Amino acid sequence: MSRRLPDNEYEKTRSYRLSQWLSGEKDLLLDTVEMKPQESFQEDTEAELERKEEKRRLRDRVFDIEKNAEVRIFQKLYRVFSVIFCIGLVLILLTGVSGLPPFGEASNPVNNEVPKRYIESGLQETGAVNIVTGMILDYRAFDTLGESHVLFIATCTVLILLRIDRKKGENSIESLNANDRSHEPKNDVVLQTVAKILVPPIIIFGIYVILCGHLGPGGGFSGGAVIGAGLILYLNAFGFAKTERFFTAKTYKWMSFGALACYALAKSYSFYTGANEIHSVIPLGTPGAILSSGLILLLNICVGIVVAGTMYTFYVMFRKGGY
Amino acid sequence: MEFVQNFPFICIILTLFSGPLSSILDGKKAKWVNTAVITAVGLMNTAVLAFVIRTGAPYVYRMGHFSAPWGNEIRVGVLEAVMAVFFCIIMLLSMLGGTREREQELEPSKANLYYIMVNLLLSSLMALIYTNDLFTAYVFVEINTISACGLIMIKQNGRTIVGATRYMIMSLLGSGMLLLGICFLYGITGHLLMSNIQEAVGKLYASGQYHAPLVVALGLMTVGLAIKSALYPFHGWLPDAYGYSTVSSAAILSSLVSKGYIFLLLKIFYRVIGADIVRDSRELHVLFVFGILGMIIGSVDAIRESNVRRMIAFSSVAQIGYIYMGFGLGTTAGVIASVFHILSHAATKSLLFISASSLTEVSGDSTDFFDLTGAGYRNKVAGVAFTVGSLSMVGIPMFAGFISKLLFAQAAVECHHKLLPAMIALAVSTVLNAVYFMKTVIRIYTPEKKKVLKERQFLTVRATDQKGKTAVLVCFIALNLFLGIFSEPVVRLLQKGLLMFA
Repeated sequence: MSRRLPDNEYEKTRSYRLSQWLSGEKDLLLDTVEMKPQESFQEDTEAELERKEEKRRLRDRVFDIEKNAEVRIFQKLYRVFSVIFCIGLVLILLTGVSGLPPFGEASNPVNNEVPKRYIESGLQETGAVNIVTGMILDYRAFDTLGESHVLFIATCTVLILLRIDRKKGENSIESLNANDRSHEPKNDVVLQTVAKILVPPIIIFGIYVILCGHLGPGGGFSGGAVIGAGLILYLNAFGFAKTERFFTAKTYKWMSFGALACYALAKSYSFYTGANEIHSVIPLGTPGAILSSGLILLLNICVGIVVAGTMYTFYVMFRKGGY
Repeated sequence: MEFVQNFPFICIILTLFSGPLSSILDGKKAKWVNTAVITAVGLMNTAVLAFVIRTGAPYVYRMGHFSAPWGNEIRVGVLEAVMAVFFCIIMLLSMLGGTREREQELEPSKANLYYIMVNLLLSSLMALIYTNDLFTAYVFVEINTISACGLIMIKQNGRTIVGATRYMIMSLLGSGMLLLGICFLYGITGHLLMSNIQEAVGKLYASGQYHAPLVVALGLMTVGLAIKSALYPFHGWLPDAYGYSTVSSAAILSSLVSKGYIFLLLKIFYRVIGADIVRDSRELHVLFVFGILGMIIGSVDAIRESNVRRMIAFSSVAQIGYIYMGFGLGTTAGVIASVFHILSHAATKSLLFISASSLTEVSGDSTDFFDLTGAGYRNKVAGVAFTVGSLSMVGIPMFAGFISKLLFAQAAVECHHKLLPAMIALAVSTVLNAVYFMKTVIRIYTPEKKKVLKERQFLTVRATDQKGKTAVLVCFIALNLFLGIFSEPVVRLLQKGLLMFA
């Protein structure tokens, strides 16, 4: 038999607070978390007029539907032709797919000497237990070299489009309005606590995925994405002021340069020695050990750095303002 | 193995490396790195060209310790080396010719990003030219697409952003189709290496197995690359992209980027599928028809255009039409004519873009046709250069364009059932070319009224004022005359290269 507590004692227990929270009488997060209702969007009349005027001008001048017969006919034909085009493309692709060899048959053309060698002697030749890593970073490393530059150049294009360059020392209202940092949540306890708990394991897990890419599932691309996600979570919780202590535009520049240069140099060495039949001095090590499989570990780290930097930079750039 | 044989690989790696290197340099240093890299790559490719001509046989270069179907490889022959050397020359001249405009139009803090784009673009072009592996080709097509997009939008105004968006959408559609085509081919042959695919495709074609996927794959790859190189019905992205971007971008895009894709298509025809199977598939007739349509409609659009930059851009649609018409003839002579036209169009179009930008500079930065009145007197070198470019495009003897039209006509004569349409299209297109180019030449040499001159205070630029640009224009004129007068050895080189190519 449980004993009934007096009311004043009962009010101090956890179960009382829980029942209060469940019944909605009290919000435990009140006064501890910054909670502001979202301000409704307000546009001043001038901007609104300008926007409407622009829209009208676009309609009248560029797409003058009443007078411009060409545009009118085009807009009608466009719908018809787009439907016809799509149906046509679907039919063509379906015809092609229906003629393909059935999925997963042993006698398919793809099961030829190429994957056979990857599977049978991949371990001896590359030293990587994970055959996929051995394929992309050793057999076909040239493609992966190109692929990591695709990421790099994609970031550069985003930088061209979205980076707002502030002059040094300039802190006018305009430049503050150009980014959205004033809207950052401040001291959000829930987010910060969760981030504090989650970010270290996320980043360590990412590093693990990168470092063990040649031993099991994983590698630079996936591990880098994990680290990038961790960094983004950290940025969301603590804001730019904290992240800029260790990650700025300059960091990204040097990081990606270092990683890509390292990749290019390492692979030039192995391409050069390979093509000129020079014996490579890089040992393959014992398969299964962390320091094994020649250059693959180094390349995985390089790719991981590039991917993490790319993810983080993309996120920062798509926020208003940039670093 | 001789040391020269390493050069193609060094070219690709060096240009690839110079991209990230430019990201840590400021704009000025990045510019020097860029010039040095293009020059070095050009010289190395010249050495490779000399080597392949001397040995008279193509060679395969293994990228890494694993030989072909397992690892990557590149393959070097005369045609590839000629293209690489030529692309380097055009790129160097286009970059040097647009220096002033770039300094005015780009944000100084973003100047180094421009050179990253150019370096990686060059590297992707080199890789597209030399690769012997379809998937490597696709990876570098991606780099090519993204960097071309960056080149368009780095001059930031509404027009270029819209142009870049259109370019991105169309170009990605093309990339997607190319990738689908590669997947189909991989599914039915089990290979990605070009030579192995050709072997497998030959067997499949003879046995009739997997016929439908084979045809679909060929169609997808062709249409994908046609979209990316702006063949007629897919040219909607082109005028904005070329017409409003900064002048070096316009020159590079029109003369190199689209040509890189055409070269890849040539490679797919000859080395992946096999020229005979492509000819049998009747797909070339489609290319022929759209090439002819492009030749005529592109020129008509150019006549209707009053913005000079956009007019030159529409002219590119017509010239791409010529190239596809040459493919569509289905004979070796037709392909030779097309490849020669790739060279002559690249040399001429970049000359036209750069000289037109000089002419607009002395006309109050207006690209409007009527504002150019008398511009040829205000900047004499640019006037002469524009005239040379126009004459070459129209096809006047002594200039590059004449030789390519001659080669097209000769190729058409060999091909009986396509003789009539090809000849008519050539004649009509030449007349239309003459209409809009000569109209512009006459306009820039019509003296402007004194009153207007006084009112608008146009600049006058003498040859010695902009020495760099004068030198670039003179080089372009010389290149045009070289292709026009000494075409014989070039054509022979191309024929030799095409024999080695398959």
